[in-house]
Amino acid sequence: MPKRCLSAVLLTCVLLFTGCAPVGVAFLESDPVVLSAWRLMASNGEQLVLSEGVTPYQLNATLFTDYAHKLRTVSLPLGTQATARPDGSIDFPLGTIISKTFYYPRVAEALQQTVDTSVGWDSSIGSQGGLDLTQVRLIETRLLVRRSTGWVGLPYVWNSAQTEAKLEVTGDIIPLALRSAESARETDFSYIVPDQNQCTGCHTTDTASRQINPIGPSLANLNRTITNKSSTLNQLNHWQQLGILAQDEFLSNQPRLVAWQDETQELSERARSYLHSNCGHCHSPTGAGDTSGLYLDIQTQSPVRLGECKLPIAAGQGTGGHRYAIVPGEPTHSILVYRMQTRDPGAMMPEVGRSLVHAEGVDLVSTWIGSLPGHCG
Amino acid sequence: MRSLILLLLVGLLNGCADENEATAVDSQKALQLQFMNAKPGDIINIPAGHFEMTRSLSLKVDGVTVRGAGMDKTILSFKNQVSGAEGILVTANDFLIEDLAIEDAKGDALKINEGKNITIRRVRTEWTGGPATENGAYGIYPVQTENVLIEGVVAIGASDAGIYVGQSRQVVVRDSRAEFNVAGIEIENTLDADVYNNVATNNTGGVLVFNMPNLSQEGRRTRIFNNHIVDNNTPNFALPGGAVAGVPAGSGISINSNDQIEVFDNTLSNNQTAHIVISSVYSTNYSQRETASAFDPYPETISIHDNRYSGGGDKPDTDYLPQLKDAVFGVDGAFPNVIWDGFVNPDLALDGVLPASLQICIYNEESSAVFNVDAPNQFANPRIGELEHQCQHEPLPAIKLQVAAATFQAEQGE
Repeated sequence: MPKRCLSAVLLTCVLLFTGCAPVGVAFLESDPVVLSAWRLMASNGEQLVLSEGVTPYQLNATLFTDYAHKLRTVSLPLGTQATARPDGSIDFPLGTIISKTFYYPRVAEALQQTVDTSVGWDSSIGSQGGLDLTQVRLIETRLLVRRSTGWVGLPYVWNSAQTEAKLEVTGDIIPLALRSAESARETDFSYIVPDQNQCTGCHTTDTASRQINPIGPSLANLNRTITNKSSTLNQLNHWQQLGILAQDEFLSNQPRLVAWQDETQELSERARSYLHSNCGHCHSPTGAGDTSGLYLDIQTQSPVRLGECKLPIAAGQGTGGHRYAIVPGEPTHSILVYRMQTRDPGAMMPEVGRSLVHAEGVDLVSTWIGSLPGHCG
Repeated sequence: MRSLILLLLVGLLNGCADENEATAVDSQKALQLQFMNAKPGDIINIPAGHFEMTRSLSLKVDGVTVRGAGMDKTILSFKNQVSGAEGILVTANDFLIEDLAIEDAKGDALKINEGKNITIRRVRTEWTGGPATENGAYGIYPVQTENVLIEGVVAIGASDAGIYVGQSRQVVVRDSRAEFNVAGIEIENTLDADVYNNVATNNTGGVLVFNMPNLSQEGRRTRIFNNHIVDNNTPNFALPGGAVAGVPAGSGISINSNDQIEVFDNTLSNNQTAHIVISSVYSTNYSQRETASAFDPYPETISIHDNRYSGGGDKPDTDYLPQLKDAVFGVDGAFPNVIWDGFVNPDLALDGVLPASLQICIYNEESSAVFNVDAPNQFANPRIGELEHQCQHEPLPAIKLQVAAATFQAEQGE
C-alpha cells in the first residue's frame, strides 16, 4: 500500500536522524530533518525567536519571490570571522550558516501582498528580535551551510502550526492565495519551494567552478544604514563590531548597490540594481545564462551585452514575438519585459523562484527601458 | 543514510508502482532524489511506465547514466509541470541518457548546459499535441558541450528545434529522426559536427547550420551527409523573434552565416522553398547590421556534392520568394536546388564575386546552378550563377569522438 510505504520511509528517517544530531554545532556531515535541530531559531507557534549569535541582516537589492518577506540571518562558529575579497564578495568561514525565512503578513488567515517588508518583525522579541506569528505565516526557511566540501543548500518547509520546519530536499508546491491592498480579490498561485538542485542552480554563479556561493550578502549589497537598538549605523560596521567581519578590512568608500525601491536614486542605477539581484547570478559572463550572451550583472557595461538591440539566441517562445532583448524607448517591444511579465514556466524569467509577476519590478525596468535613447536597426 | 532513504524510496517506486498504487507525487519525488543523490558511476534505471512530473529533474553529478526501458515504454510526462524551464536539466560531464521519452515539457525537454562526453541515445522528445506555437522550444538541447553523441533519438513538435546543438565542439548527430518541428536538426555556433544517417521530415526546415552574433564562439566545419531530408513544408509555427522564425517553410537544408560546410550524399525531396538555402544573418529575421559587429555574417566555403534531389522549389514560402520564383522561373517552374541571398563580404569579393576558396562549390551533381536572389539590392537583379560554383573544396575530416567514461561503463554492464 502506498501510504504504508511512505510512512515507513518517514518513520525510518526520523529514527535514523534522532540521536545522531550533535547539539550546538553546525552540522558539517549530515542534514538534520528538522530546522529546530540547527538551533538558529525557535518557534512556539506564537513567536519565532532568533538564537544568541544569530544575526539578522538586510540587503539593499533583493530578489523577488512572489511577494514573500524574508528574514535573513547569518551565524558563524565562535571564534571565527569572515573576510572580504577584493571583488566585494565575502569569504565566510567553515561552519557558517546563512538562513532565509520566507513569510507573508496575514490578517486572520488571509495572506497580504504588501510593499512594506517589516510587517510582523518585532525587535523586542528575544535578544535579536523575532517574528510575531499572530501577524505572519511562515512558509519555508532555506539554509546555506559552509562545509569543507563547499556550500550546501537545504530547504525546510514550515508546518501549519508554525512550530517546526521539515527538510524537503525535493522541494514543495504550496497552494497560496494573496490579497493586495488595491484589490479585494485574492490571487491564487502555487508557491514553489525549490528542490536542492534548484538551490544549486541559482547559487552556482560560476559554472566553470561548479561551486555554490551565497548571492545576496556581498559588501555592496550589505552596505546600508541600519537601526540597531535605536542607534543607526552602517551594517558593515555593525558586522565588524559583532566580529562577523574582520576589523582590518577597509570598508569605507565601498561601492553600494542601490535599493531599487528608493525613488530618490537614479533610475538607471535602480534598474541595474534590480536586474543584478534578480538576473545577474545567471546572466553574467560566468553564470548558467551565459549561453544567451546576455549579461545583466552590475559589472557589465556594454549596451549590447545588456540587451540593447541584442538578438535572442535560444529564447524559443520566450521572445514573446519580439526581436530584441531591449528596444530602447520601447519596453512593450522588449523581450526582457515580456519574460518578466509572463507566468509560463517555459518562457518566464527568472526560470525558477517565482510563480507571480512582480508588477513593481516590471514597472521599474519598463520605465528604465522607456528612458533609453536610440533605436534598433 | 541518504542511500538508505534512497533505497527505500526506490523500493517505493518499483515495488508500489508495480501494483499501480503509487501516486504521481511518490514517483516525482523518488526520481528527484535519484537525480540529486546520484554518485559518479551510478546508473539510474527508470522502469517502464508513464510518470507524471510536476517539476524539472536536474542532475549535477559527473559520470551518471540515466536509462529507461525504451522510448515508448518509459515516459516522463511534463504535461502538468509547474516549475522549471526544462524537463530534464543536466550540468555534468560523462553523462549518458538512453531509452526513454520526455513528453510535453513546458520549456525545453532535455537540456545539457556545459559538459564533456555526452551521449544521448534512443531518447524521444515529443509535444504530443503536434506542431503548436505554445510547445516548448527545444527537444534535445546540448549547449556549451564537447564530445557529444546524439544517436537514434526521435524529436517531434518542438516550437524551435527538435535537435539543437549550440556553442559546442566535436559533435555527432546520427541515425535520428526529427519531424514536425520548426527546425528538425539545428547546429548553431558549433565547431566540428557530423550530421548523418538522419531523417528530417515534415519540419519547417529540415537541417539548419547557423551562426548567431554576440556569442563566445562562432561555429564552422559541419558535415551533413547520408540524410533523408524530405517534405519539410510544415508552416513555420515559431513565435516571431527567434532565429528560426525567419526560416521559410519548405527549406531542406538551411545554412546561415556559417563557414566550411560540406553537404553530400543526401536525399533531398519535395522541400518546396528549396532543397538548400544559403543566407546571411542579414536576411533571415534580421537586417540590422549594427548588431553584428565583430561577427562574420557571411556564409563561406560551402561544399555541395553527390546529393540526390527530387521535386521541391515549386512553392516557396515567405513574402518575396513566390514572386521571384514566378518572375524568373514561371508559375509552373521551380527554383534550382540551391538558392542564396547573395550577401558577400565586400572586402573579400572582387566585382561582387568571391574567390574560389570561399565560394559555394557544387560538383558531381546535375547542375552547379545557384539562384542568387540579390537580397542586398532588394532583389533588383536576381540571377542564376553557375560557372563560379563549378569548384571543389577539400573534404572536411570525419569527427572522431572520445568514448565517454559513462558510455563505456554502461556498455560493459550490459
